[in-house]
Amino acid sequence: MSDAPLLALRGINKSFGVVNVLYDVDLTIYPGQVTALVGDNGAGKSTLVKAIAGIYPADSGDYLFEGKPVSVHSPKDAAALGIEVVYQDLALCENLDIVENMFLGREKKNGLFLDETTMESSAREVLASLSVRTVKSVRQSVSSLSGGQRQTVAIAKSALWKSKVVLLDEPTAALGVAQTRQVLDLVRRLADQGVGVLLISHNLTDVFEVADRITALYLGRVAADVAVKDVTSTQVVELITTGHSDGIAAPSTPAASV
Amino acid sequence: MTDITTDADEAGFASDLTQSNTLGESIRAYVSRVRGGDMGALPSIFGLVVLFIVFGIANDRFLSNLNMANLAAQSGSIIILTMAIIPVLLLGEIDLSAGVAGGVSACVMGLLIVKHDQQWWIAVLAALVTGAVIGFVIGVLVAKLGIPSFVVTLAFFLGLQGATLKLIGEGGSVRIDQPVISGIANNNMSVMWGWISAIAVIVVFAALRLLRHRRKVSQGLQHQPFAVVVAQVVALAAAVLVVTDVLNQNRSVNVNFPISGVPYVIPVIVVLLVVWTLILSRTTWGRHVYAIGGNAEAARRAGINVDLVRISVFMACTAMAAISGIVEASYGGKVSTTSGGGNTLLYAVGAAVIGGTSLFGGRGKASNAIVGGLVIATIVNGLGLLAQAAYLNYVVNGVVLLLAASVDAISRRRRSATGLG
Ligand SMILES: Nc1ncnc2c1ncn2[C@@H]1O[C@H](COP(=O)(O)OP(=O)(O)O)[C@@H](O)[C@H]1O
Ligand SMILES: [Mg+2]
Repeated sequence: MSDAPLLALRGINKSFGVVNVLYDVDLTIYPGQVTALVGDNGAGKSTLVKAIAGIYPADSGDYLFEGKPVSVHSPKDAAALGIEVVYQDLALCENLDIVENMFLGREKKNGLFLDETTMESSAREVLASLSVRTVKSVRQSVSSLSGGQRQTVAIAKSALWKSKVVLLDEPTAALGVAQTRQVLDLVRRLADQGVGVLLISHNLTDVFEVADRITALYLGRVAADVAVKDVTSTQVVELITTGHSDGIAAPSTPAASV
Repeated sequence: MTDITTDADEAGFASDLTQSNTLGESIRAYVSRVRGGDMGALPSIFGLVVLFIVFGIANDRFLSNLNMANLAAQSGSIIILTMAIIPVLLLGEIDLSAGVAGGVSACVMGLLIVKHDQQWWIAVLAALVTGAVIGFVIGVLVAKLGIPSFVVTLAFFLGLQGATLKLIGEGGSVRIDQPVISGIANNNMSVMWGWISAIAVIVVFAALRLLRHRRKVSQGLQHQPFAVVVAQVVALAAAVLVVTDVLNQNRSVNVNFPISGVPYVIPVIVVLLVVWTLILSRTTWGRHVYAIGGNAEAARRAGINVDLVRISVFMACTAMAAISGIVEASYGGKVSTTSGGGNTLLYAVGAAVIGGTSLFGGRGKASNAIVGGLVIATIVNGLGLLAQAAYLNYVVNGVVLLLAASVDAISRRRRSATGLG
């Protein structure tokens, strides 16, 4: 890796009550690269994303941002670092319109009052720069958008905030072929702008198409952390389902020791 | 097409319409919105007109100048209480205790004036603080302990009635004859000032609307067709002029003592309406209230301090309820042990829903309180004139509330079915 990591997690543990969900997880995200996070249902992918985002802060472990240790205990902390999350259960308010959603929690103000002019123009600008053509109006309420359009809005939000790291939790899970295409293009465009992208996906075709690296989770442990060009699809399937694969070195805390 | 859209064309965002081009198109858009379950204010305005016609035919005193002025004063406290409860409903919560919280607050005010010889404005301030403190406790119990607001405020509904009873003593009441307080509901602006204020309201509204329209057009923002803006200004002007004209007529039954003029409660309501409209639609706090009502988890993830907003909404609600209690005390000339009790709160919830605020949260605005409150007050006033048995009042209001709630529930289902906003 020529670039220094943007975000690095070391030895992250997380449990919900007595249920241990993440064990000593290491994760690294590089600028300008798409890192794919793969793993079976319940492997802990969403929990890991929420730990990064400060929704469910980790119980222990180190959180390094641009090489420096930071503490992230709330979504605000993560946002302040430039980390943007597109959640699997999309976090949009259906009763608000696109502009209102994109600026939610970070509204632009003009004195006491909201600066709708600036917000509407910037939202329109960002959607245009990402070549989003499918929305009729930026003042459309989100409840009137299709799944793909909502996903687009959620991703465009991260572009709006010039985020350094964008985490996408299964952004294409509910989408059709054409919409998936658009979202993957959008993901690639974000990475090409220098953003560090973490893409969670079940679909290995998608992963092999856009990702530069793959981190595989198996029952809450990292089974492998490899470059896409060094693995085959079959090996990744093996990693997801059994936690190990011949010819791929297990990371320092082997999943095999479960 | 205008130059605005060419701008968007170049940016590759061609289909983002900044305007529905013609009046016809925007009427069609409105019809499809209504079909999709977004009713807006028109149905309840229509309902109000029907009520006026029905009661006007049934009783010739209903449309008399005297009764119209009485209706205006009578609806004051309901409208203000409705405005109080709307932010809570926007959160998707309920405050069943707002009525009696207003009663207790008014009681505090009354006792400070009568028993402790305090200035009226100190007493009013104390009432507002009382309301805010009650709201703070409710808000903390709801937001921090996670007790459903229905349960917390039901407990307060019972407990606060006990508080009023303790403060006043069984069967007692506090007379309100302080001139300023009593004057809110019982005194009128002079005819000339009534007209001046009416014209001022119209001019300011028209100027703000037109300026906003021009700004949006020149900056290429989404905007309504000009005809719709004009229609809104004309409708508001007509309503303000008619109301002012009716209230400025002599309504006295005694020829020697003419009474005319706009009751002071109306400017009080207008100011509250403007303030709440600005807060809800133009401030960050207001935006966050809608966001929490729409999707509390999304609001939390967006970094909004959801608990703080919830607590502050309950505080604002009960402080506003205190104002409503004061206006009610002014109208009735006293605070009694039952002030704000009974079905006061249910009237307010009914008024909010009739006006277009959703019980499911995230949808509604301050102006809903005006139309909804007028509908409820008209029913109470009209049935009162017809000297119907009291039971009918309960039944009719119950039916109206149920009807409004059904419309709310059905339109919500339609919205999710058609995906319209
Ligand atoms: N809030 C929670 N409380 C308790 N258990 C949870 C919670 N969230 C997730 N889990 C558990 O953690 C495990 C990992 O879940 P998740 O991170 O959603 O997996 P993935 O996204 O990889 O499918 C699951 O067993 C799930 O039941
Ligand atoms: Mg998941």
